[in-house]
Amino acid sequence: MANNKKKKLTPTQQQYQELAKRHEPPRPLAKNFVRAFLVGGVICLLGQAIQEVFIRYFHFTEKTAGSPTQAVLILISVVLTAVGLFDRIGQWAGAGTAVPVTGFANSIASAAIEHKSEGYVLGVGGNMFKIAGPVIVFGVFAAFVIGLIKTLITMGG
Amino acid sequence: MLVGHQTWVFPTRPVILSSAAIGGPFEAEGPLSSDFDTLHGDTFLGQGSWEKAEKALMEEACDKAIEKAGLTKEQVHFFLGGDLMNQIISSSFAARTLTIPYLGLFGACSTTMEGLALAALIVDSQSGDYVLTGSCSHNSSAEKQYRYPTEYGGQKPPTAQWSVTGAGAALVGSKGNGLHVTSATIGRVVDMGLKDPFNMGAAMAPAALNTIETHFRERQLPHDYYDLVVTGDLGRVGHGILSELLPKHQINLPLDRYRDCGMLIYGDNPSVWSGGSGAGCVASVTYGHLFRSMEKGAWKRILVVATGALHSPMTYQQGESIPCIAHAVSIESA
Repeated sequence: MANNKKKKLTPTQQQYQELAKRHEPPRPLAKNFVRAFLVGGVICLLGQAIQEVFIRYFHFTEKTAGSPTQAVLILISVVLTAVGLFDRIGQWAGAGTAVPVTGFANSIASAAIEHKSEGYVLGVGGNMFKIAGPVIVFGVFAAFVIGLIKTLITMGG
Repeated sequence: MLVGHQTWVFPTRPVILSSAAIGGPFEAEGPLSSDFDTLHGDTFLGQGSWEKAEKALMEEACDKAIEKAGLTKEQVHFFLGGDLMNQIISSSFAARTLTIPYLGLFGACSTTMEGLALAALIVDSQSGDYVLTGSCSHNSSAEKQYRYPTEYGGQKPPTAQWSVTGAGAALVGSKGNGLHVTSATIGRVVDMGLKDPFNMGAAMAPAALNTIETHFRERQLPHDYYDLVVTGDLGRVGHGILSELLPKHQINLPLDRYRDCGMLIYGDNPSVWSGGSGAGCVASVTYGHLFRSMEKGAWKRILVVATGALHSPMTYQQGESIPCIAHAVSIESA
């Protein structure tokens, strides 16, 4: 009951929230977009370069070079996380580092480092997917649904 | 002595015999660095975890305060402490080392003034001769518990605040030389329905307003009575809001005498967004900078209004708004 009542804001609360909103410095959206575009682009460019190296010097094909390229990018972000640089780059770059595979690697590595003080099993093991876990759960589920839809469509055709 | 509904006036004027402030490497770069007793270069303080480091901050602040008062811990009757960690572990574990009879407090960042008000009440009612009070916070342990892992590369909005790595403690006694605790107003929980844990200044400002308003009304003081009114961690956002709210509510506090601990501790450093926060912020700024400046004669009467956001990461995820509180304590020099 009390909870339902709270959900409806009183006029005083509404008035205050409008006032508070005016004092809130806006998120620098344009700056964030440009930075995310630049950093995200640079990461993709770097990925492309690594892929080229694998194709040219290690006899991978364009298809098979994907996995080792990702592994190298993951390694780079884990190392940057471990030396304490990634969070600073992340604050500057925003979605630029968060969206590519680098962000995923950082979320796992940072959680693992953070919870090492609680031991390897319950600490590292139990917490390293704290942030990445939802991505895996819904990623796998989404892939399953899409796969199902694709199967149904091709069955009809 | 109760005045009005929620204000205590202390007729015996309990004395702050000593106070101590401990900080970390980032606090050492701030404008108040010379007002700390000890500044650490290592955020771990040589400990194995952030939680142990935070406990060590608290222990050091308490030891330093006892030492500066020329007492031994056996002479201290009670220790009132609190912090931001689950089950207030930093304070309780520090109390294990101190072995002083202990009362654990939780008021989030308002704990510092909750502790000082209660310490003064104990001394004023002759229920103890020497009472130690303190609180602490650690940037990394707070990040770990309330937000994301410290090395996680998430971006924070400009309304976010930086949790202070620091601790502060004060020793209150019935007689001696020092500043006097003259009154305290215990705040009520105010919730204006705000839900963003990255904008706590806006959530807490109404609680500060409520307590300040009540304090002046119940003590029947003119609004320019204090040389300085300091809020504890509203940051730039909350400071701006309160500066607008005060005149709106006919509290004609001269705004040039109104400061905020969250803005004082790091100055204009843009990398802390809206300013500092955490129980260690009010504690180290009040027990370090403010008290030292008062001893030098910068101000004669100050009112410290410590604000606290009483939410947890779980209540936030369950969609609850942030309940906030503020406690005010007035400190005057002899």
